[in-house]
Amino acid sequence: MSEEIPLALNGDRRAIARVLSGLENGTITVEQALAGRQSDPSSTSWSTMAITGAPGVGKSVLVDALMTVWATNGTKVALLAVDPSSPRTGGALLGDRVRMSSVDNPAIKELVYVRSIATRSSSGSVPLIVEDMAAFLLVCGWEKVLIETVGSGQAELRCAAVADRIVVVEGPARGDGIQAEKAGLLELADIVLVNKADLDGAERHAGELKESFGLGEQQAPEVLLTSALHGSGVVEAAQALMGLESSGRALRARMRERLLGQHERRLIQHPSYNALLDALCEGTLDIRTALARIDDEADE
Amino acid sequence: MDQPLRIVVAKPGLDGHDRGAKVVARALRDAGHEVIYTGLRRTAQQIVETVRDEDARFLGLSSLSGAHAHLFPQVCKHLLEAGLNDVIVFGGGIIPHEDRSALHEVGIRAVFGPGTPTSEILDFIQQAFDKGNAGVGQDTTWHWTSSA
Repeated sequence: MSEEIPLALNGDRRAIARVLSGLENGTITVEQALAGRQSDPSSTSWSTMAITGAPGVGKSVLVDALMTVWATNGTKVALLAVDPSSPRTGGALLGDRVRMSSVDNPAIKELVYVRSIATRSSSGSVPLIVEDMAAFLLVCGWEKVLIETVGSGQAELRCAAVADRIVVVEGPARGDGIQAEKAGLLELADIVLVNKADLDGAERHAGELKESFGLGEQQAPEVLLTSALHGSGVVEAAQALMGLESSGRALRARMRERLLGQHERRLIQHPSYNALLDALCEGTLDIRTALARIDDEADE
Repeated sequence: MDQPLRIVVAKPGLDGHDRGAKVVARALRDAGHEVIYTGLRRTAQQIVETVRDEDARFLGLSSLSGAHAHLFPQVCKHLLEAGLNDVIVFGGGIIPHEDRSALHEVGIRAVFGPGTPTSEILDFIQQAFDKGNAGVGQDTTWHWTSSA
């Protein structure tokens, strides 16, 4: 595996793909992969951006349209597209590529990299390993890494742990004005894109969101309308996203999610994790004892 | 197999029917694998680039259009050109028995016809994985003898 790393750094896509698998499978550490390199801290403001929002609002098609705009302008952009693993079998159907055309477009495909990722054992809409995978893509010469999360709802904030910027994608008819008032993911958004603007209700929903943001005292994130399907608003959104500043509202939440996520990762990687799960299923162990065993072994 | 296998399921060529491919994708998912589905009407080149970028261990090709004798070997050729010799390729769909030996000769390790139990495909995956040299460009003449 280690012989793949220099090839990957030279831009060999097969080697890049294999190192990413190594990171994901834990056969290679992020320290080994990066070997002290850091991504070029260029003039641009962000390196990683999470695209999140409810299932079916059009995240994949929108991401594809945005990547097409950026790559056409010469920016190297990678996408880590996350889909859920089955909680029963651990398997996954990773279907985001079905909606991707940028990666097949001969004019720009050298500048676009798409990788499908399953959540595996982690909870939440993004496994934390994505942070390491993004860091590796950045040292391999990709300028921007997008992270498309699992379709997620109001309280799913894990994406804050892995990305410099958070884009929340909304759709039309996503409930009345009170939905926009509820606390959660929207509060962390650095920008909101209301997609499917060609459908009824999109403009009204965008208006409700703006009104809701206006009620608070903090600086409101911009709310833009897009129709990824018809292409309207996409160039404007791509421009706004490229220069997007952090709202700064998410710092504490970001740190909390990082801490929670890393703690969870340590738990999942615990050597007795699966044995403890089995014992819980068989009823030979209760939760308190399981927790105590994890703590004991951590102390040793 | 500690980690799930990454398997690309692809529909090459002009062929608009993917129920079979979806049934196979579901069976593989339910067996605990990570299945990357390409969607319809992909070129051989697009499929190979997907396998490369997704670092897939297996590639399943589905064809109902009758173009398998042209498209499947083309995919295998592009895989070798991309240095992806160790990817294990299998096929399925409407593929007459008399066409199959030519596909085995270009390195396709199994061809499954309609009526194949999905459990047989899983058995093939396990056996091909265990062999360690069943990739499309690897040195073996082994292939699975399918029941349908």
